[in-house]
Amino acid sequence: MPQSADKVLDHNTLFHEPEYKDMLKNKRETYENAPAAPQVTEILDWTKSWDYREKNLAREALVINPAKACQPLGAVFAAAGFEGTMSFVHGSQGCVAYYRSHLSRHFKEPASAVSSSMTEDAAVFGGLVNMVDGLANTYALYEPKMIAVSTTCMAEVIGDDLNSFIIQAKDKGSVPEDFDVPFAHTPAFVGSHVDGYDNMMKGILGHFWKDAERKANDSINIIPGFDGYAVGNNRELTRMLDAMGVDYTLLSDVSDVYDTPSDGEFRMYDGGTKLEDTKAALNAKATLSMQEYNTKKTLELCEKAGQETAIFHYPMGVAGTDEFLMKVSELTGKAIPDSLTLERGRLVDAMADSQAYLHGKTYAIYGDPDFVYAMARFVMETGGEPTHCLATNGGKEWKAQMEELLASSPFGANCQVWAGKDLWHLRSILATEPTDLLIGSSYGKYLERDLGIPLIRLTFPIFDRHHHHRFPTWGYQGALNVLVKLLDTVFDKLDTDTGKLGETDISFDLTR
Amino acid sequence: MAKDLEDGYETLIEEVLSAYPKKAQKKRAKHLGVAGPAEAGDTEILSKCDTVKSNVKSVPGVMTIRGCAYAGSKGVVWGPVKDMVHISHGPVGCGHYSWSQRRNYYTGTTGVDSFVTFQFTTDFQEKDIVFGGDKKLEKTIDEINELFPLSKGISVQSECPIGLIGDDIEAVARKKKKDVNKTIVPVRCEGFRGVSQSLGHHIANDCIRDWVLEGEGSEFEASDYDVNIIGDYNIGGDAWSSRILLEEIGLNVVGSWSGDATLAEMENAPKAKLNLIHCYRSMNYICRHMEEKHGVPWMEYNFFGPSQIAASLRAIAAKFDKTIQDNAEKVIAKYQPLVDEIMAKYKPRLEGKKVMLYVGGLRPRHVATAYDDLGMEIVGTGYEFAHGDDYKRTGEHIKEGTLIYDDVTGYELEKFIETIRPDLVGSGIKEKYPTQKMGIPFRQMHSWDYSGPYHGYDGFAIFARDMDLAINNPVWGMFDAPWKKSA
Repeated sequence: MPQSADKVLDHNTLFHEPEYKDMLKNKRETYENAPAAPQVTEILDWTKSWDYREKNLAREALVINPAKACQPLGAVFAAAGFEGTMSFVHGSQGCVAYYRSHLSRHFKEPASAVSSSMTEDAAVFGGLVNMVDGLANTYALYEPKMIAVSTTCMAEVIGDDLNSFIIQAKDKGSVPEDFDVPFAHTPAFVGSHVDGYDNMMKGILGHFWKDAERKANDSINIIPGFDGYAVGNNRELTRMLDAMGVDYTLLSDVSDVYDTPSDGEFRMYDGGTKLEDTKAALNAKATLSMQEYNTKKTLELCEKAGQETAIFHYPMGVAGTDEFLMKVSELTGKAIPDSLTLERGRLVDAMADSQAYLHGKTYAIYGDPDFVYAMARFVMETGGEPTHCLATNGGKEWKAQMEELLASSPFGANCQVWAGKDLWHLRSILATEPTDLLIGSSYGKYLERDLGIPLIRLTFPIFDRHHHHRFPTWGYQGALNVLVKLLDTVFDKLDTDTGKLGETDISFDLTR
Repeated sequence: MAKDLEDGYETLIEEVLSAYPKKAQKKRAKHLGVAGPAEAGDTEILSKCDTVKSNVKSVPGVMTIRGCAYAGSKGVVWGPVKDMVHISHGPVGCGHYSWSQRRNYYTGTTGVDSFVTFQFTTDFQEKDIVFGGDKKLEKTIDEINELFPLSKGISVQSECPIGLIGDDIEAVARKKKKDVNKTIVPVRCEGFRGVSQSLGHHIANDCIRDWVLEGEGSEFEASDYDVNIIGDYNIGGDAWSSRILLEEIGLNVVGSWSGDATLAEMENAPKAKLNLIHCYRSMNYICRHMEEKHGVPWMEYNFFGPSQIAASLRAIAAKFDKTIQDNAEKVIAKYQPLVDEIMAKYKPRLEGKKVMLYVGGLRPRHVATAYDDLGMEIVGTGYEFAHGDDYKRTGEHIKEGTLIYDDVTGYELEKFIETIRPDLVGSGIKEKYPTQKMGIPFRQMHSWDYSGPYHGYDGFAIFARDMDLAINNPVWGMFDAPWKKSA
């Protein structure tokens, strides 16, 4: 009997005790009808071959381990960044349980959203009653300042008309006539979570701006985009802009609601962009998007409203941050302060100190289109070589942008760009053309296990490591955090590879 | 410490209900209640959450904690079947959010002969909605067959659009079964069906009946001591810490449904002598079917906490001969010193602590006795998706005066927790962080908070340790800044 109260064995050790190993061996042999070990080995080896890779890359229908979620997740995320806002997702209720769980697992925080709980009768008759009752209940129970409505694919397939439903709900008194209920249709079968973010941002800004007259001023708007590191990044962004003395509005700021304190009070809402600031954001001189693919439609709206726009790809690293700060400086006329120049110098200093360990390292990078762009760019700044860049939700336009970026540096010469591919494709790609390091989300751990390529978790979702998202990856300070993560992984691998006493420890060096 | 409300929970329920608009208030009133006195021998729970009011539609806009039929079928019943490929058929989201989240442990070589921690999807695009997805499904099945030759079968887990656009996945399944010569199971578990995960369990059970149990199975040496474990999803290894006990008393576990299951284990199940069902809510349907069709009797058991483990082992053994019965006594005796050690170590730290639970369709009653064993008191409990027969089974496990909430809303649960201030709340990921912000210790009781197993004697040690570490961690004493006056 392996278990004891003195030293309680957890699942990670318990099932490796002889009693359990025997039991599981017997189960497999007697009841599972499992394939024989040599056959398993043969197929396992084949899955890592060029032959398999060709078949795998030829897939036309089946998608395996895609690195993307669906639109409403992005809509819920975008809405959470506004003051006192409750997301109301019209359609089946299970979806909302999923978005909430997904966000909570990443941020380790509450994630509130409600559903209109449509069932079979609503599939037949439409979900108007669900909208009417639902808005009334949400308004009464959760006392939001705004309810942001998006849709699940069920409501989209049956063609529910949000605009008309919300008007009717207001007519029936579900919420006051002047209560803000922006909405966005967010079909899960179009695009991904980044498009849902875009649609909801457009819906919210359109709602506040539609009847207002623009009185241009010198402020700027910044839209962060869907970002698992938003807690750290939005605060870093704010800090840099404050240091510059810029008049700005962050449109959708989730940094407080996804980082509330433990002091005895549960805050369903916290922080976020004030509704009056959102209204006033129409008057801004310009709107800057931190992530192009999160704001395509939203920026069109801004341009139509008469604003200048500027797009970035998740500004990270030296040049990414330089460009962002210079653009802000250009638009606002505010100089970049010495304090930020000093931070830049310190970052470059750190990169110089460590360059020997990163120069020439090869990387596979996957994630949302803007993240992959930024990450590849920073890797090249360290002398690293992006070798495979993959975005399941990236298309032709993204691929062309990536190729242009890679062509701009000798370190990008050996990179292949994989638009629309999934993580099972990536497994084949890395099995045949391996890299030194892998950068992505927690889902990358299966690639790490199968192929022995160390994973660096730097993008959403991160479920199996805690609190990384509380530290920025944007700006010079953020780049320093990213640099340390890259280096730690390289050093840890070096120590592991040289860590066996009397066998591999010749290079187990104290100073590196 | 938890507050004892002088007049019980009736006033609290009234207060909570007063926040609702009239229509919703009337509906929700039927789902909140207090357990009344039970007559001797009466196992029925005497509260308003009776057989008529449970398992009905959630009220829109209230933040129900429930999921959907897809979650019940793919997430719960089918997902753990390890040597089959489960396609999330439709748009990308459902499969993405449920990818690897239930920790249904299994052995095998992932990607070669086992596929539990995969996300297979047809990733529907607009054109699939407009023109239908049957052709895409056919091609998907071909591609699975080529890339995963050791997979034993495929299940098609329908997402919402499938039923709305009129796809004929059953026809595809029949056709492709001939083409690829493997079991293919079309499951109509679209998320809009039913009112919760529960209908998804039922539909998944029916599909096992219709598309699996007629299969040939595989060779194994049958005996008079063959049983199946039904309704254990091997979360954190639960089915294994259960199986070891059944084997120790001399039984052979032919099928493990569906934690760590293979298709062969499902096909062979009707050949067993007895079905042992742990999660009654999600798998009673197939047990009733096997009883009628194959003559396999079934019984419920409970491997949470030593009292119920011992009672269950004896009840199971009573279905067999004296050898098994003697073995059961030996096994109970063998583990008694471990139980004694656990009790000696943890009971003094946990005794008298008050607990509120809100889980699925079984655990709100099943785990209650494990808390009892540790001297902890359940002051409130509720089900996400129980039916009348679950409430009937609850009465014997809880005490008079316990607060009962059916399909609780975020608002209600928060108010209940805030007012009662129990020493521990056990519920899901969505409830974890709001509760902890209030300064109340929490354990996820769906996923065991990434711990487990909690079943069996080995699991009980982990359960007791986990409850202790949750409640007695120093962090709960740090909420108030010393320069702020405590409220």
